[in-house]
Amino acid sequence: MVLKSEPMLISMGPHHPSTHGVFRMRLVLDGEVIVDVEPMVGYLHRGIEKLAETRTYTQVIPLTDRLDYLGSMTNNWAYVIAVEKLASIKVPERAEYLRVIIGELMRISSHLMATGFLGNELGCTFTPLLYMFREREKIMDFFEMVCGQRLTYNYMRIGGMSQDIPEEFLPAVKKFVAEMPHYIDEYEQLLSENEILLARTKGVGILPRNLAISSSVTGPVLRASGVQWDLRKSDPYSIYDRFEFDIPTGTVSDVYDRYLVRIQEMRQSIRILEQAIKQLPAGEARSKVPLLLRPPVGEAYAHIESPKGELGFYLVSDGSIAPYRCRIRAPSFTNITALKDMLVGWKIADAVVIFGSIDIVLGEVDR
Amino acid sequence: MGILGHFQKWLVEHSVPDWASYVVPALTGIIIALLFLFLMIIVFIYLERRGLGRFQIRPGPNRAGPWGVLQAFADFIKIVTKEDIVPYAADKPVHFLAPVVSFFSAIMILAVIPIQKDAYITNLNIGILYVSAISSLGAIAIFMAGYGSNNKYSLIAAMRGVAQLISYEVPVLLAIAGVLLISGSLGMVDIVESQNVPFILLQPLGFLIFFIGVGAELNRSPSDLMEAESELVTGYHIEYSGMKFALFYLGEYGHMVVASAVMTTIYLSGWKGPILPPAMWFLVKMVLVCLVFVWIRATFPRIRVDQLMSLAWKFLLPLALLNLFATALEVMWQDKIGWEQFPWPFVFLNLGLAIVFILVGSKLLFKTGGGQVEV
Repeated sequence: MVLKSEPMLISMGPHHPSTHGVFRMRLVLDGEVIVDVEPMVGYLHRGIEKLAETRTYTQVIPLTDRLDYLGSMTNNWAYVIAVEKLASIKVPERAEYLRVIIGELMRISSHLMATGFLGNELGCTFTPLLYMFREREKIMDFFEMVCGQRLTYNYMRIGGMSQDIPEEFLPAVKKFVAEMPHYIDEYEQLLSENEILLARTKGVGILPRNLAISSSVTGPVLRASGVQWDLRKSDPYSIYDRFEFDIPTGTVSDVYDRYLVRIQEMRQSIRILEQAIKQLPAGEARSKVPLLLRPPVGEAYAHIESPKGELGFYLVSDGSIAPYRCRIRAPSFTNITALKDMLVGWKIADAVVIFGSIDIVLGEVDR
Repeated sequence: MGILGHFQKWLVEHSVPDWASYVVPALTGIIIALLFLFLMIIVFIYLERRGLGRFQIRPGPNRAGPWGVLQAFADFIKIVTKEDIVPYAADKPVHFLAPVVSFFSAIMILAVIPIQKDAYITNLNIGILYVSAISSLGAIAIFMAGYGSNNKYSLIAAMRGVAQLISYEVPVLLAIAGVLLISGSLGMVDIVESQNVPFILLQPLGFLIFFIGVGAELNRSPSDLMEAESELVTGYHIEYSGMKFALFYLGEYGHMVVASAVMTTIYLSGWKGPILPPAMWFLVKMVLVCLVFVWIRATFPRIRVDQLMSLAWKFLLPLALLNLFATALEVMWQDKIGWEQFPWPFVFLNLGLAIVFILVGSKLLFKTGGGQVEV
């Protein structure tokens, strides 16, 4: 006798605890196996692109903080590069170095959160996350030193930084850079060889190289799929061509590879930090830019390698004090387009893990 | 005869009516069991929360009372004063009864646990059988909760729970059978009396299987699939609040207390030990077991449902059978050679066997990773 069975429809989110905010997946389940998935976005839509059109160029910077709130500094950075390109503004040498230092610290912080929450999604009782919070807390302290904020920094300005770093900043960062490899070893000791973690992540959620490229996935997810594509190397912005670092890539393109790529990228970020601190020149941290900036009529697109992937700002100027159009190419939004191909056929427990391994932030997805 | 038995005899001798000499000791037993369980639950909750805090480089709850010892009471007051919400479409009687079943199965097991010689409520001659029978009531409670809540996450949790609990009963019982062969009795007191050497040394493989299986039955991490908060939110008790949730919470820790008591009794030689008074030894061993549970919870991620099932059927079950077979042979030889008082050769033999079985078994029987299903 064959019993009649029908697929179960589960609306996972927007209030589900492991959807990184308010993401919603409409899952069709056969028992525990996912048959179909439909990602639904828009629960955190605040119209940041539209809001940008009603503000001056400087006033848009705080809005960018609210995109990827785990990587606010890099959001600032991508935006100010776009404006500087649009208005052809030169940035002082010291400011460029400061941006690299701050940006790499932000990358470490963001990757710490990504790996920590991956642990949580795998079912660790917060242990890896709390270990990683310990170091993230130090990075938050650095950012508090330079700009007084701990989450939405609003630190970068068009043509430099809002102010120079305080004198206690560099020694503290130096100490952190010296300690951090040891802490990363600690995380790896806890996670990398963990038998259950291997069972849960190896071979799970494979995103083949071709699919990754054709769905324009970027960031650690793309690199875990074996594509050596990092804008810091392939289209060096700022002063990244002066530093020596490697681009870690994966081979199997599974969740474990994404985890490993993030861990190794943290190590590479520390290499960059070491060099940047050594080379940091003296001088001004900000060039003179009029407060009411009126860039010439035209358009500019600037993209950087944010912790989540390629973050791009496309700005159109009509010669007024506000951008005519501001379009944000958000890596999180583009990266989840490949979600269905990764999820179908896996269990509901894997859905959470695979989704977590993409590492999205809903502030950026919905904008 | 246990303490309660003496009490009953004393009542009869002092010409108390017949019915009272049965009812009074029974009520006393129930009250003592409840008090003991509540006390141990509070101790375990405290150890768990503070221990987890230590593992996670944070202090843990330390505000309520000295060193946070009153935190459990504060939480309890908070939970009890909350509104009890029952979903509109829930199966109300089932939804109501599930936490009760969950909690009371924990108390019932406590009846046969000897805290020390004579300190038990009843000495059933089928003690272990009773324990394993009652402990599977937990599966029914989880199924009732999951089904009665009329929630999809709960339903998935209930399906997982029933499959998991039933599967893990098999290797656990086979592991216990090894102990029974050596002790030659099903009664809990007899099992402790027969442990000249703790059975954890004589049955290392059996203990490991028992420990993993009990961890899965207790719904402890890494096999806490029924309340996986990252995927099923909190699984079977997602629709419970107020006092009913508190009962589930107490039931969960109650089962943990009982499981560590059972583990202490049948593998860690119960109340036996030098210097300290016997009941103290029993409590110390229970707390040690609890700390190991906390340690495991703090370290491991959660295993996936299909991996958990294949672990039970493809790995633990064959090993448990091998263990039973090896133990049976040993018991046969023991009778011939007369090593009853001198079991140390068997200790080393079994340790070696356990290592060989686990190493070979993990290579041959069990494969993890992958698991994609064609749809």
